[in-house]
Amino acid sequence: MKRSTLFPYVVWMALFIIVPMVLVLYYAFTVPTESGATWSLENFARFFEPIYLRVLWRSLRLAVISTVICLVIGYPAAMVMSGNAFEQKHVILLLFVVPMWMNFLLRTYAWLTILERNGVINVVLNSLNLPSLNILYTEGAVVLGMVYNFLPFMVLPIYSVLSKIDRGVVEAAGDLGANAFQVFAKVIFPLSLPGVVSGVTMVFMPALTTFVISRLLGGGQFTLIGNLIEQQFLVVGDWGFGSSISVVMIVLILLSMAIMSFFEGEEKDVALW
Amino acid sequence: MARKVTLTLCVLGLAALSALLTGCGQDRPTLYVYNWGDYIDEDILEEFEKEFNMKVVYDTFSTNEDLYVKLKSGGSTYDVIFPSDYMLTRMLNENMLEKIDLSKIPNHRHIDESLMGTVYDPDNEYSLPYMWGTIGILYNTTMVAEPVDSWDALWDPRYAKEILMLDSQRDSMAAALIKLGYSINTLDKQELAEAGELLKQQKPLVLAYVVDEGKDKMVSGEAALALTWSGEAMYAISENDDLAYVIPKEGTNVWFDVMAIPKGAKNLEGALQFMDFLNRPEIALRNADYIGYATPNLAARAMLPEEIRDDPQAYPNLDALENAEFFVHLGDTLKDYDRIWTEVKAH
Repeated sequence: MKRSTLFPYVVWMALFIIVPMVLVLYYAFTVPTESGATWSLENFARFFEPIYLRVLWRSLRLAVISTVICLVIGYPAAMVMSGNAFEQKHVILLLFVVPMWMNFLLRTYAWLTILERNGVINVVLNSLNLPSLNILYTEGAVVLGMVYNFLPFMVLPIYSVLSKIDRGVVEAAGDLGANAFQVFAKVIFPLSLPGVVSGVTMVFMPALTTFVISRLLGGGQFTLIGNLIEQQFLVVGDWGFGSSISVVMIVLILLSMAIMSFFEGEEKDVALW
Repeated sequence: MARKVTLTLCVLGLAALSALLTGCGQDRPTLYVYNWGDYIDEDILEEFEKEFNMKVVYDTFSTNEDLYVKLKSGGSTYDVIFPSDYMLTRMLNENMLEKIDLSKIPNHRHIDESLMGTVYDPDNEYSLPYMWGTIGILYNTTMVAEPVDSWDALWDPRYAKEILMLDSQRDSMAAALIKLGYSINTLDKQELAEAGELLKQQKPLVLAYVVDEGKDKMVSGEAALALTWSGEAMYAISENDDLAYVIPKEGTNVWFDVMAIPKGAKNLEGALQFMDFLNRPEIALRNADYIGYATPNLAARAMLPEEIRDDPQAYPNLDALENAEFFVHLGDTLKDYDRIWTEVKAH
């Protein structure tokens, strides 16, 4: 590509990626004083107080749980869609994608009416003479919201990698005497790893940083790292502390990406990015 | 062929419509209004648009802090805003408001004298009261053991997971401070720490921290008790007869929301016209009726049904209300409130 055609992209990236990053770093490492600002690690010191570390731990825990559940549900779904066993596999694909056409907030709000005490689930349970469940405003509801919203991001990359696997390789493994389990464990799964890695990344990161799901379905009780950042910027106006949490998050995400790419190994040519 | 014709007609229709719309936009001035969520009868906006040939862009916020941060961070200009009392002080201190010319708002004569000239803005140079009210407990009479009259009810383990608190730091802190017998404007770090502890202890009993959703949750019987503002309570009670509102005996906070014009407003003339329009008795009446908060407009209040007009919970007599306190802007101590509230939420 010519330099001149690259120019708009460079400007765009500088304006909307580099400048904001520099600002976040600036606010994170300074504290306001009478005459302006001085360099300080005070904001980071505050983050490492036990109360905020617990928030970080809670976010990591819920994000990992959601990611694992998405993988457990999503992988078999992707297998079914890419296999030949089911004729109408495009219908399944469509069913995964259609909800994404609707607004994310709207979909999450819908869960409120489903889960609440006098909501759809409990009305059905009560009509069957079963006791009501208190699901809304629990950690379980937050995990449910994450799994529901992010599942397509797990299924689609795995599906796309699985459907590109050469059928011949699978048949050859069978011909050479591998049983169904061995074919899966030694051939299909290793070949699908790039998809799994993409899926895990695409679920883990939004799950780690979400603040809407935890606020709506957790009733503001399960403060996640995203809520903490949002609160610092929108309610409290403590940009320094908010920025320092954001920097910690950036570091965490970079770390997890490094770990992921290590697992991705040499199959770069099949990877989605 | 027929399809082609229909298509052409559609395209032509769209083009005509968009020409019409842009045509309107060009000669009508725009008024940017920033108000609390669900805090105006939106039909009134349309009537204002028609009568004054103006376009109203109406945005909403959910806490005073939202409003402040949005204005402070720049990038948005509004012509009319609706901060609460203590936020008005903060904005005045930081020189964020335009003076208003009361002679351009003749309808301000309808406003209750006792609600004019408050400590926040003694000469009403910058603001006019919009609505006022108290904080208290909205409860479902079928879900509580005995009538509620004390803030202790919000800490009563019998109502575990049936309590809604406000996701608004000054209000939730106020409930804890009043319960402890301290001022809701305390600057004392020890007292604040105690209030923070009390809120942390309460957390296992709380079903959720909400703002606007709270009244709907109470109406549908999702919770037994809620810390809430009087007007939200009046609305909820009108939707569900089992609900009742009480100003707890230990005391309450009396608050005002005001109309003001932020610095940098582009449509000053329109802003003043809008403020005058909202103070027309029949408009103020409809607004008060829709929102449920107490209107400071006496002419409008006189037209309200008797049972609302004389309801001591909806329109408490300010002089008779014991232990009622206004919120005062806290200056730098606000940081302590911020920190404690952040910790309560993170707990």
